[in-house]
Amino acid sequence: MIRRPFAHAGAAGAASSLLAALLAAHISAQTVAITGGRVFPVIGPPIENGTVLIRDGKIMAVGAGVAIPAGAQRVDASGKWVTPGLVDADTQLGLFDVSGGAGPTDVASGRRGDAITPSFAVWEGVNPRSVYIGPARQAGVTNVITAPENRGVVDGQAAMLDLVDGPVSDMLLKAPAAMLANFDFPQSDRIGARGELFARVRELLDDTKAFMAHRAAFERNQTRRYSVGRTDLEAMIPVVEGRMPLVLQASRASDIEAALTLARDYSLKLIIAGGAEAWMVADKLAAAKVPVLIGAMNNIPTSFNTLGQRQENAGLLRAAGVAIAIIGNNGDGDEEQFNIRNIRQEAGNAVAYGLPWAEALRAITLAPAELFGVADRIGTLQAGRQANVVVWSGDPFELSTTADRVFVRGREFTAPTRQDLLEQRYRTLPPSYERP
Amino acid sequence: MLPGPGGTSVPFADPFPSTYKPFASRPTYIYNLTILTAAGPTIQRGAVLLGNGTIRAVGTAPIDVPADAVRIDGAGKYLTPGIIDVHSHLGVYAAPGVAANSDGNEATNPSTPYVWAEHSVWPQDPQFPRDLAGGVTTLQVLPGSANLIGGRSVVLKVVPGRTVQEMKFPGAKYGLKMACGENPKRVYAQRGPSTRMGNVAGYRAAWIAAEQYRRRWDKWNADHKGDPPARDLGNETLAEVLRGNILVHNHCYRADEMAQMIDISHEFGYKIRAFHHAVEAYKIADLLAKEGIGAAVWADWGSFKMEALDGIRGNMALLFAAGAKVMVHSDDPSGSQRLNQEAAKGVAEGRKLGINISDDDAIKWLTINPAWGLDLDSKIGSIEVGKDADVVLWSGNPFSVYTKAEKVWIDGAMLFDRLDPSQRWRSDFELGFVPADRGGNR
Repeated sequence: MIRRPFAHAGAAGAASSLLAALLAAHISAQTVAITGGRVFPVIGPPIENGTVLIRDGKIMAVGAGVAIPAGAQRVDASGKWVTPGLVDADTQLGLFDVSGGAGPTDVASGRRGDAITPSFAVWEGVNPRSVYIGPARQAGVTNVITAPENRGVVDGQAAMLDLVDGPVSDMLLKAPAAMLANFDFPQSDRIGARGELFARVRELLDDTKAFMAHRAAFERNQTRRYSVGRTDLEAMIPVVEGRMPLVLQASRASDIEAALTLARDYSLKLIIAGGAEAWMVADKLAAAKVPVLIGAMNNIPTSFNTLGQRQENAGLLRAAGVAIAIIGNNGDGDEEQFNIRNIRQEAGNAVAYGLPWAEALRAITLAPAELFGVADRIGTLQAGRQANVVVWSGDPFELSTTADRVFVRGREFTAPTRQDLLEQRYRTLPPSYERP
Repeated sequence: MLPGPGGTSVPFADPFPSTYKPFASRPTYIYNLTILTAAGPTIQRGAVLLGNGTIRAVGTAPIDVPADAVRIDGAGKYLTPGIIDVHSHLGVYAAPGVAANSDGNEATNPSTPYVWAEHSVWPQDPQFPRDLAGGVTTLQVLPGSANLIGGRSVVLKVVPGRTVQEMKFPGAKYGLKMACGENPKRVYAQRGPSTRMGNVAGYRAAWIAAEQYRRRWDKWNADHKGDPPARDLGNETLAEVLRGNILVHNHCYRADEMAQMIDISHEFGYKIRAFHHAVEAYKIADLLAKEGIGAAVWADWGSFKMEALDGIRGNMALLFAAGAKVMVHSDDPSGSQRLNQEAAKGVAEGRKLGINISDDDAIKWLTINPAWGLDLDSKIGSIEVGKDADVVLWSGNPFSVYTKAEKVWIDGAMLFDRLDPSQRWRSDFELGFVPADRGGNR
């Protein structure tokens, strides 16, 4: 796959594949056969009594009549459901320990007054030992986009992670995976109104094009002055070339329409995030083939930008032919890190409000993989894909269901989370401070 | 003209009386469905009769149904008591959440027992109809948690009204909002309290003054000798707590702080009805059970500040196993609409811990336990003959993610019907602003 939009991240990406290959060979040479389950490949219909065969971190075969090599470790999934690992395309995983009142976090650029900070590469601050990776993975989430917080207009670059044990370079499935931008709540001294906001974005895009055309002159200090500096312009190149998605937080229908105009004028690969009123312009989104990252657990007109917010949004968009990926938006529930595990509850609610079940599964597996250009690696159960696989006790969206076995790149993760340790300690009172 | 009653401080004063009247209703017979009563085992293939605002009959025995009754076949569906959210800020933090609607924290003094949440409630908050659609029939609306003592709560029926008085639950006691820990010391870092020890000094100073006030007024109210003492709104509320007429609802995250708050309640002779948020309640579940203090908790919030760091999904289950009174609360307009799903997550975690929690146990977390938290368990919170007819018809098992509240009755009047969007309650704010076809059952 191609992933060298610019120098440093390209190098990190290349290093990551090499490390991944080495590590995978080391830790998961064993063959694992998950047998007897109801298998959901996502690219095809469910397979009853199916087998998923895993070797060297990859899926070797998926089907009803798969021959199981001698010596393979068997995982009995009778009565259970087997799906690809879930993908949450909007998180801040690994970027802080405590969000409020406990010191700095790694979610946003410090150049807030600028409001335009495309060169900020958020993943460089990811802590691979974060205690929040465990609970997400334990709930069947094997991949996340970890993204800068929406604060300015262009907030920086997001990465797609595999939730394996670090270092970060080994977790990177794709970096950068997207540029994050924001029409909803820019915080800046320099932007006071929508008209100004859109103008600044156009200026940035025009400057990036000029920079690309006059690179040599720029290095000789012979160009006009651009609105942002060199690293920010370089970061914008893959966006302007239409190679990297621009994930734009926009809620109000008119802002989404403005974004569509911008994307058309500049041939951007646009993804709308949030999209509270996206259902009101579903036909336009479908015609422009612009996907939406959306939740299904918020129906409150929390601001004048989100007056039309409703839980049917995902179902209505899909019915109109808009590609969607489901993300968390259940309110104040810390869905960006602590409660990434609730992505499946979000999907279940989308189903309750009109999205077909299979579409909901797709919206937290293959759909986000496609949107961020990693569908050749994750998001489905088929031969050759990474073995990011979850065995569920039942319907993954049901609240009573648990993820019984979770494999990432073929490796099973079973370590207790910090929350598990607290539960074990206080299972009987008074607790023992020597256990667990 | 005679002077008003505001000149003196008397117990159970009610200067803003409820003007709530039940909405028009017809006798309603709902049959052939599963009933979680919160008062006993699940009734399979049962029926209820609602009439004159109360539950007239429930069970599997034949019911004498009036000829004019609405008959609803509940095949495949569930009936539960109306959900009660004991921790809401609807109306005081109304949507849209602009500064002009931010009326929940009187953050001008660390102790503001003199403010009453009802004076901030905006009845046109569009969050009210959404809460009703989530099966919520009764709310306790509290002041925020900026202050050590935040003020009086108000108990509301989730009904449309032009005034908050039209929504007030008749006869409900007031609550007093108190808050531990990080919020007060953060808000008052400059003027104090700026530490947890400062917080505790603040509570104790307030109760010392209140006790003196209570004694002075109780004496005067008994003998009417001499000039009445000066009336003080804040101390009047606190004195009512000391008399047992107002219930203490205490925002508190950490186990060690809850234990200290319990000691303070002993020192001044009042009861804490419930700790709210209580993410570490599981660490002192035995103490809460012994003290008879409820725990109003989330399913899975945590880590968003230091005092929330040890939030676990097993909180409800561990509390339940220890015999403490579990209530699922929201503190959030979105979560309030899905309290049933929150309870289901708590049940699932219990299973993981080897704690079996039946639907009949879990429904109590949403209904009769929070009714007890408001001291309204003799009126609402269970499906028993004679109780208020606040019930919810669910499209399926209420602990499934796919299930929605289909119809909701308050005092026997059907105020929400998902199958009939044309009759949907929309607040004044929504007219014109919020697209009219929202919320259809599609």
